[in-house]
Amino acid sequence: MSDDFDLVLEPGRGIRLYWRDIWQYRELFFFLAWRDILVRYKQTAIGIAWSVLRPLATMLVFTLVFGKLAKLPSNGVPYPLMVYAAMLPWQFFANSLSECSNSLIDNSNLLTKVYFPRLIVPASSVIVSVVDFGISALIFAGLMAWYGVAPDARMLLLPPFFLMALMTSFGAGLWLSALNVQYRDFRYVVPFLVQFGLYISPVGFSSTIVPEEWRFLYFLNPMVGVIDGFRWALLGGAFPVHWPGMIVSFLLVVLLLASGFYYFRRMERSFADVV
Amino acid sequence: MSIVISVENLGKKYLLHHQSGRQPYVALRDVLSDGIKKLGRKLTGHGSKRTAVAEKEEFWALRDVSFEVRQGERIGIIGRNGAGKSTLLKILSRITEPTTGRVRIKGRIASLLEVGTGFHPELTGRENIFLNGAIQGMNRAEIKKKFDEIVDFAEIEKFLDTPVKRYSSGMYVRLAFAVAAHLEPEILVVDEVLAVGDAQFQKKCLGKMEDVSAKEGRTVLFVSHNLEAMKLLCLRGILLDKGQRLVDKGIEETADCFEALIQHGVFSCNPSSHVIFSKGQPPDGGFDLLEVSLVGPAGSPIAFVRTFDTFMFKVTFYSPDVYESKSASIFITTFNGRVLLRLGMYPFSSFKMTWKKGINEVLCQIVKLPLPAGSYLLRFGICESQTGEWLFERDVCHFEVLSNDVYNCGNPPTERLAAVVSDYAWQLVDD
Repeated sequence: MSDDFDLVLEPGRGIRLYWRDIWQYRELFFFLAWRDILVRYKQTAIGIAWSVLRPLATMLVFTLVFGKLAKLPSNGVPYPLMVYAAMLPWQFFANSLSECSNSLIDNSNLLTKVYFPRLIVPASSVIVSVVDFGISALIFAGLMAWYGVAPDARMLLLPPFFLMALMTSFGAGLWLSALNVQYRDFRYVVPFLVQFGLYISPVGFSSTIVPEEWRFLYFLNPMVGVIDGFRWALLGGAFPVHWPGMIVSFLLVVLLLASGFYYFRRMERSFADVV
Repeated sequence: MSIVISVENLGKKYLLHHQSGRQPYVALRDVLSDGIKKLGRKLTGHGSKRTAVAEKEEFWALRDVSFEVRQGERIGIIGRNGAGKSTLLKILSRITEPTTGRVRIKGRIASLLEVGTGFHPELTGRENIFLNGAIQGMNRAEIKKKFDEIVDFAEIEKFLDTPVKRYSSGMYVRLAFAVAAHLEPEILVVDEVLAVGDAQFQKKCLGKMEDVSAKEGRTVLFVSHNLEAMKLLCLRGILLDKGQRLVDKGIEETADCFEALIQHGVFSCNPSSHVIFSKGQPPDGGFDLLEVSLVGPAGSPIAFVRTFDTFMFKVTFYSPDVYESKSASIFITTFNGRVLLRLGMYPFSSFKMTWKKGINEVLCQIVKLPLPAGSYLLRFGICESQTGEWLFERDVCHFEVLSNDVYNCGNPPTERLAAVVSDYAWQLVDD
């Protein structure tokens, strides 16, 4: 008799069927991502221009300040290229982190009205940044052509590093989105984190300028691994990868993502009551 | 019909944070400063556990609620604000988890909890149909199949490619309802959607829900403050109050209990409350009134009456002998004794009857009680039908008439406005 029922709601239950639910709601994931993209580019001129201008302007400033004024090394690669190769993952990380961390609050009307696996919300919010990333990547291709730098076979390894960037921002985003629901003033932490991160990550400079004995520790910031990976894949031999550091970064990313999942799942049950 | 929802001892507890005041959520700075304060108290030895406990208060939005729903039933869930209706629906639609108890559900459940949930103002009607469908758990193929029907139902063909932020609120509601109504879930949960939209569309929605339930065997759970709409749609009603299930009966009866609850503030709909007078002692040998109770037109006991209700007084009295020529009367009077209604037997009317020796039970039906809401006195008397000499007479009890919006204007008649109520009509004579 009791086995006739499709769904049993009990305190603490609901986890069992979570993955099946996510699969069932996969279309919602696409629709939410599609909605966010649509809304973002509805005011087309501003939407696209913004995603083009921001990295370009930052690149110019960094080239001027770090390249021309501070005369930091660029390992023989044009300084703008070196900066932009880092801007690609960094912009992606920063955008998706802020989108992700606000996603639950922004969709609170949905959370309190309809059931679906909540994980879909932050996950789909990351997709908008993927589109932005695509646009930025096109510009980078243009820059490479302009400077006459051709990528080599290492470029085929770009996707794994992109995946690592995705995991980093999603892992951190899961943490922040759940914390944002619980502690509403957490949203002020995110812009600070992003701004701070821009300077402690090797975006405007090469990680090679960090003294050798500190290099390994520097990779405790997972974005260092991601950015170095991008530079290595895009600009070739001028930026050799510090592999032990890279492994540390990667392990940290995995830890971040796993703990993010765990925390999100734990908090998820009470979202509708708190949000 | 099989059981599609089984609710057992369901409870939902919320913690109220008194300290953080009006904000339902917690600010990290508060948590930090509280923590530091507590730490400070601990260190200085001023720590008192009591204050920490008082900051949080438990609140049971639902408590020990159990019921079962069979396939194809249309159930109205009634209750005052904060009675737990929405919490119940939220648990059923999986938005929030129960604290205790268990719910078992068979089939897909879709909720229409608020009009336009998940509508994005920047997107067009077409885009929103797809988005909203997806949010409600439909896949693209299903939405495509239903698309034309939805547009038809919502009557928005012309505005399909207009952003919904430019829609009128009526169009918005129509579109939202149309999407939800075409979901084809086995169980549809509807919360207060009909508060908006024009009367014609409301009718259409009710019709659609009835169709969905009657023809397609779907189950509908319906929450609304619109009792009339609920009576039209539902057959069964569940009355919740303070998180508990008070009544689970036919919709009419449940709605009546709800009105009594609102009128009196306290719940008085227990099975025996249809008895408005009871002597409680054996008859004393002469003519004696033993009990007066209220009976509905169908013969079942009712707890109260409203303006224009048709109902019966059931009077139990003792007659010391067999009589053919005695006359009984029920009077409804004001508190200063003015008789508003006299419901008498012959010679005050043509009703004649023979009483037996001992206990007699008589029924007196009033068709469309013409009294406005208010308090009255009930008097009962027995007299010689020839001479009119009183053999028994007494004021029996208070008699309450509850309000009823008989003129459909949201302003039910009360005794302060007029002493009696009747049907009437106005019209403009134009020549």
